[in-house]
Amino acid sequence: MHIIQILWDRRDFFLTCLLEHIRISLTAAVCAGVIGILTGILISRHKRAAGIVLGIINVVYTIPSISLLGLLIPLTGIGDKTAVIALTVYGLLPIVRNTYTGLTNVDASILEVSEGLGTNQRQIMTRIRIPMALPVIISGFRNMVVMIIAMSGIASFIGAGGLGAAIYRGITTYNMTLTAAGSILIAVFALLSDWMLSKAERMVNRRYGIE
Amino acid sequence: MSKVIEIQGCTAVYGRNEVLSRVSLTVEKGEFLVIIGPSGCGKTTLLKMVNGLMTPAEGEVLVNGERLLECDLTMLRRRIGYAVQGAKLFPHMTVMENICYVPGLSRKMTKGEKEALTCKMLEMVELSPDLASRFPRQLSGGQQQRVGIARAIASEPDILLMDEPFGAVDEITRKALQEELSALWQKTGITVLFITHDIGEAFKLGSRIVVMKDGVIWQEGTQEELMSAPRDEFVKRLISK
Ligand SMILES: Nc1ncnc2c1ncn2[C@@H]1O[C@H](COP(=O)(O)OP(=O)(O)O)[C@@H](O)[C@H]1O
Ligand SMILES: [Mg+2]
Repeated sequence: MHIIQILWDRRDFFLTCLLEHIRISLTAAVCAGVIGILTGILISRHKRAAGIVLGIINVVYTIPSISLLGLLIPLTGIGDKTAVIALTVYGLLPIVRNTYTGLTNVDASILEVSEGLGTNQRQIMTRIRIPMALPVIISGFRNMVVMIIAMSGIASFIGAGGLGAAIYRGITTYNMTLTAAGSILIAVFALLSDWMLSKAERMVNRRYGIE
Repeated sequence: MSKVIEIQGCTAVYGRNEVLSRVSLTVEKGEFLVIIGPSGCGKTTLLKMVNGLMTPAEGEVLVNGERLLECDLTMLRRRIGYAVQGAKLFPHMTVMENICYVPGLSRKMTKGEKEALTCKMLEMVELSPDLASRFPRQLSGGQQQRVGIARAIASEPDILLMDEPFGAVDEITRKALQEELSALWQKTGITVLFITHDIGEAFKLGSRIVVMKDGVIWQEGTQEELMSAPRDEFVKRLISK
């Protein structure tokens, strides 16, 4: 009850936070998506590079988010920019890994036939590997978006905006309701995004003859 | 008669394993040449030498008088039809997209062109035009194999390579497919290089038959020649099945 009350009473504040949150997570998701897919495509052609790159990304992934933010402050200062960078770095793992897995798991006999029919290397990537990997790439993207939205909550600890600001303010002023309201909004936003992306995923899968 | 495919003293190796030993074979224009032999004797490897999926360690391959080592393999392959066991259709493409795949590699096709080509090819392999929008997984094994053949000949190649294309379909469908392929060959005058391990199929389709054993060509000739003068027990047993 209190939560609904506070959401209504301070709707302007929450709306600002929510829009900030969307802006930060969307920027990070797009950055991680673009960089991650390109990286996945690049390393799919070089087995050795793939091991190294995936290894590095895995290690970075194990750094607690709060300390990654701390480590970034001397480099990029405090605020939204640092938050976006940190979130992008975390978002890379699921998307690079899924892109790589999807591209390299294409049935070898299909690849051989496509080559035998006269497909050049670029076309094998654009017409066979990428479309066949698309369902796996999209499911990685979906995981990544949900993770970024949840993690953006921490961004306000380094002065970035978003719903984390509500949580942070609630904690520092012993206002549990405020903290709970911020958390619930993040959860709702994450679930909603997940649901929308699952629709997109279903659409792509249907288009690509899966399920 | 002109030589369409010339395989000259070709040896093929996988690692240290020699799977073809100095094989020579010439295919004339318009021939329906069937290669038969037990599993693992090197039939697929020999076929892949013709479209450059396998490069000989020794010897040379010429297609239409062009040396494979010197030509643009990708462009050459677009002029050679290729159909394999289990069809291996592209699962993310509809029947229409699969059929228009090879011509679509070289140029952008309009929707109208694609539809016309698909219609024509589906008719040629005796499938209903209604199947054009289906995905491969929505087809029976026999239908997939027919689409696989349509995909292989859609750009009107003058050579067709077929690697046990009817190996994965039931007996009745196989008989029908064999008849259709035979009719297609007679109608178009296409040169066919066809692999099978079924001697009945080889006799039914082949204008000439090559028997392989352990990476070498053991005997070649027409059905009559093989029947009347089999080289040894191995050939005798093979053709009496
Ligand atoms: N990719 C490969 N790597 C290693 N050995 C192979 C490969 N492909 C085929 N071989 C071997 O080469 C031999 C000939 O194979 P293949 O040409 O496929 O025979 P066939 O088509 O007559 O059954 C077999 O002994 C097979 O095990
Ligand atoms: Mg074989």
